[in-house]
Amino acid sequence: MTLANPQEELKGSGRRLAGVVALMARHRVLAVLGFLLVFPFLLPYEALAVNILIYGLFALGFNLVFGYMGVLSFGHAAFFGLGSYATGIVIVHYGMHWFPAILVGAVAAGLGAAVIGALAIRTRGIYFAMVTLALSQCVYYLVYQLEDLSGGENGLRGVDVYDLGLPGLELTLLDPLTKYYFVFVFVALAVWLFSRILASPFGAVLEALRENEDRARACGTNVALSKWLAFVISGLFCGLAGSLNAIHLTIVPIESLHYHTSGLAVMMSLLGGMGTFFGPFVGALTFLVLEDVITLVTVHWQLFVGALFVFFILFLPRGIWGSFLRWASR
Amino acid sequence: MTDMTADENHILRAEKITMRFGGFTALNNVSVAFPEGQLTAIIGPNGAGKSTFFNVISGAFPPSEGRIVFRGREITGTPQHRFTRLGIAKSFQITNVFPQLTALENVRFAIQCMSQRFNIWTPRNRYRVMEEQAAHLLEMVELHQHHHRLAMNLAHGEQRALEIALALACDPSLLLLDEPTAGMSPEETIVMMDLIIRLAGERTVILVEHKMKLVMGISNHLIVLHHGELLAEGTPDEVRANDEVRRVYLGQGEH
Repeated sequence: MTLANPQEELKGSGRRLAGVVALMARHRVLAVLGFLLVFPFLLPYEALAVNILIYGLFALGFNLVFGYMGVLSFGHAAFFGLGSYATGIVIVHYGMHWFPAILVGAVAAGLGAAVIGALAIRTRGIYFAMVTLALSQCVYYLVYQLEDLSGGENGLRGVDVYDLGLPGLELTLLDPLTKYYFVFVFVALAVWLFSRILASPFGAVLEALRENEDRARACGTNVALSKWLAFVISGLFCGLAGSLNAIHLTIVPIESLHYHTSGLAVMMSLLGGMGTFFGPFVGALTFLVLEDVITLVTVHWQLFVGALFVFFILFLPRGIWGSFLRWASR
Repeated sequence: MTDMTADENHILRAEKITMRFGGFTALNNVSVAFPEGQLTAIIGPNGAGKSTFFNVISGAFPPSEGRIVFRGREITGTPQHRFTRLGIAKSFQITNVFPQLTALENVRFAIQCMSQRFNIWTPRNRYRVMEEQAAHLLEMVELHQHHHRLAMNLAHGEQRALEIALALACDPSLLLLDEPTAGMSPEETIVMMDLIIRLAGERTVILVEHKMKLVMGISNHLIVLHHGELLAEGTPDEVRANDEVRRVYLGQGEH
C-alpha cells in the first residue's frame, strides 16, 4: 500500500512527459524550427551551427528512404554533391543569382536521383546499397574528370555569395549569424515540406512499403514507381542541403561526392534515430559536436566516433531520439 | 445449382494452365471456369498444386503456359498492383498485414490505394471518408474494438480477419483466399467460416483449402486438384460421390 503512491507519482510524471512528446509530435515542424531558431546561441560558434543545420537537412532527406521507407541507399553523397556542384557551377561560371542557383542545385540532384533511382530501384537490400554506391562513385569520377567545370581535384572555388542583394535589406553572409538565418529559412521551408509529405497519403505508402512490401503490392501499390518517387524526393532534399553547403563554404570540395559523405548520412540517421522526425537533426548535432570537441583533444577523433557508433548499433539501435521516444512512452 | 455452360456466368476462367519450376511441373494443363456469385473451393491433398494455382490466378506470377481471363478480358501477366483496380483482391496463406501500423491504419492504407496513390500534398487525416470506410470494414470483420491496436499485437485469428478487411478495401467483385483458416484454433475457424459465408453472399469467392470437410458444407462448387492436374469438379455432392476423389483423400486418411 505504501508503494502505491510513489508508483502513481512516477506514472503521473511519465504521463506528463508522454504528453509533451505527443504535443511535440503534433507540432513537429514548430518544435524543430523553434529549437533551431535559438540554436546558434547554444553553441560556441555559428559555423558549427550552420554545419549542423545543413547536415541535419541532408540526413532528413536521406531518412525519407532509409528510415521511413526502410531502404538503405549508400549513394546519397551523389545528391548532396550534385546539389553543391550545380549551385556552385551556375554561380561561378554563369554568374547566376543565389536564389535560382539554389533551386538549380536541388533540381540537378533530383534529376540525378531520378536516373540513379531508375537503375537501382528494382534491386533489394544489400544489392540496392551496392548499386547506389557504385553509381554515386560514377558521379564522383565524372565530376572529377570535368576539370574545366568542376575544378577537379581542387574542388570548385569562388562560390562567393556575400551580399544577398535583397531590396531594402543590407544583409551580408560575412556575418555568421546572418548566414545561419539565411540557411535556416531554407531548412525551415524544407522541414515544413517534409512534414507535409510524411502526413500525406504518400507518407502512408512509405510506411506500408517499410512494413510489408508484398502486402502493399497486393493492396494496389505500384511498388517500383512509389520507391522511385520517394528516392527522387529524397534526392531533392539532399540536393538542397548540398546547395546550401556550397554557399556556406564558398567552395565545393570534391569530397562532397565521396562515399564518405554517404556514410555520414547513414551514421547521423542511425545516431539520431532512423524513421523519427527529430532524429536526423539530433544525429547531425551529436556527430558534429563530438567531432568538434574530440578534435580539440586528439586528431584520431574518428576512432571515438566509430566506437560510439558501434555502441549505438549494439545497445541503442533506435538511436538517441528513437530511444528517448520509447522511454517516454513506456 | 451451377450452370457451367453459359460463359457469361463465369467471372474467371483459367485456360490450359501449365506451370513449371525448372524441371518440375507443378500444374499440368489445368482448365477451370469459376461461376460468378458463388463460393468455389479449390481442394486437394498436400502437393496437389493448390497454392501454385492460387498464385497463378491471383497474379503473383504468370503461368508457363495458358491464359487467365477475367470477365472476358485476358489478364495473364498483368502486374499484381493492378488487380485491386480490376476488382480482384486476395489474402495470403501466411498472415500478411502491416505489423507496426494500427488496425485502422492498415485498412485505411488499403482504401487509400484505390484513389490517392501519389498524393504527396494533402494531409491524410483530411480524408474523413476513408477513415469511416475503414471503420466500417473493421466492423464487418468484427475488429471494431481494436481500431488503435498495432496489428502485431492482435491475436492470430484477428490478424487473419484484418487481412480479409485489407482485401475488402477495394470492394472486390472477386475475392481470393488462400487457406484462410490456416493455423487457427477450432473456435477461430468457426468465426472465420461464418465471415466467409457472409462475404460470399455479396461477391464471388474462391478459396483454397486443405481440409475438405471444412468447405463441403459452405461451397457451391468444388475443384479438386491432384498432382498438378484437375481431378474432379462439380457440386459438393458430385465431388463426394466421385470415386477418384474418394481414393485420393482416403489414401491421405481424410474424408
